[in-house]
Amino acid sequence: MGVGIEVTNLNAWYGANHTLQDINLNIPANHATALIGPSGCGKSTFVRCLNRMHETNPIARVTGTVRIGDLDIYKDAKPVEIRRRVGMVFQRPNPFPTMSIFDNVAAGLKLNGYNNRHALAEIVERSLKNSALWDEVKDDLKKKSGASLSGGQQQRLCIARALAVDPEVLLMDEPASALDPVSTSKIEDLIFQLKSQYTIVIVTHNMQQAARVAEKTGFFLNGRMVEFDSTHKIFTNPSDKRTEDYITGRFG
Amino acid sequence: MTRIRFQQNLDELKENLLVMAGLAEQSIQRAIEAYRVRDLSICDLVSRSEIAINRLERDIDQAALDLLAMEQPMAIDLRFILSVIKINADLERVGDAAKSISDRVRSMDQMAVVDLPVDIPRMASLAADMVRKSLQAFIEADADMARTVLTMDDAVDAMNRAAYKSLTKVMEEQSHLAPQALNALMISRSLERVADHATNIAEDVIFWVQGADVRHHKSLKTAPDPQPQG
Repeated sequence: MGVGIEVTNLNAWYGANHTLQDINLNIPANHATALIGPSGCGKSTFVRCLNRMHETNPIARVTGTVRIGDLDIYKDAKPVEIRRRVGMVFQRPNPFPTMSIFDNVAAGLKLNGYNNRHALAEIVERSLKNSALWDEVKDDLKKKSGASLSGGQQQRLCIARALAVDPEVLLMDEPASALDPVSTSKIEDLIFQLKSQYTIVIVTHNMQQAARVAEKTGFFLNGRMVEFDSTHKIFTNPSDKRTEDYITGRFG
Repeated sequence: MTRIRFQQNLDELKENLLVMAGLAEQSIQRAIEAYRVRDLSICDLVSRSEIAINRLERDIDQAALDLLAMEQPMAIDLRFILSVIKINADLERVGDAAKSISDRVRSMDQMAVVDLPVDIPRMASLAADMVRKSLQAFIEADADMARTVLTMDDAVDAMNRAAYKSLTKVMEEQSHLAPQALNALMISRSLERVADHATNIAEDVIFWVQGADVRHHKSLKTAPDPQPQG
């Protein structure tokens, strides 16, 4: 099951560049939350702070508190453990190109020392079913490589890979921006189904997509979170003029 | 992405709606004038305007539909386009009401002019004022001005109720005046509808400008929540 995320006074830097400033918000469990804003506004940095990926850059720094469920991720846990609990899917699908479909999904588990072949097969099947890819690949699991799939299938494979380690939170950084409309709608349907089991945070430039899949939406601008509210409110009658100007295309 | 073309299209939509508004407002004023002076040539003008209004209604709806489909507007732009579609329908109905009044004037042409216990010109002036104000609120995107229109509707409703009471009494007691009284009653009813359309337009302006839905405010406040069936 998903857990809520509580962010308090989060600040992030790349070198001298103060990319996130005083972010406070509560992301509800088992919902999809969309983050929108112009390029460079800090939304991707923000999601990378939720699984401690931001600090993998040597010049990057983070202060503040992020609680995922009961876990204070900058205090109580190591990055590897956090990345198991917080899965991530990126803009461009990045399957391991030489691995089979099966091995791609099982990779995270194997890295964690999971070797029970029968249980692995079960988890791979469940993960591929949860990512709505099973029916398309079940006959080629070990015959085909991840790279042989179409772009949309590769992205669902990456989602299956993220789900295989049984995370509580799924971060998605523009997961459909490189996909055609049919693949995009499959990913969106998937997000809709997955949120009953996971807490989903999705960064997107596609505002219709945010409106379609998310219950909550946050608008970032210049490293600050300008507005966080129900998606309905943000897209029909936002409180802040800057949010309205952005979503109506008056700047950005 | 400043969406210059989209903004130009929105401006154009607003201009076309204002042309429609001008025609509808002129129609209702002409219909009232036709009643006042019993002039059938003015009734002809009202009929011609109605055709133009109907054509514009379709053009405006089509333009609004295109913008919804092509531009996927959000927030205030989305509310604006939805309001335009609804105001468009109300203006078309104002045109219908004007035509309906002018039809009554035509049917009264061969009847003697009699003094009836109803102040049609006063009611007409109030209804036309509501239309004018609601459209002014639309032009200026002024929700406060739109709210003043909402408060005027009760007075027109009261006048229509009073007209119903007094004119049915005329029909009962002076049956030879029944045709004139019936026509006056129908005109009163048309004017009451015009006031309702002006109220709708004002509500749509408030929705566009402030995102607030003020429709059916009084009735919903007192009504119980509907119970699920079965």
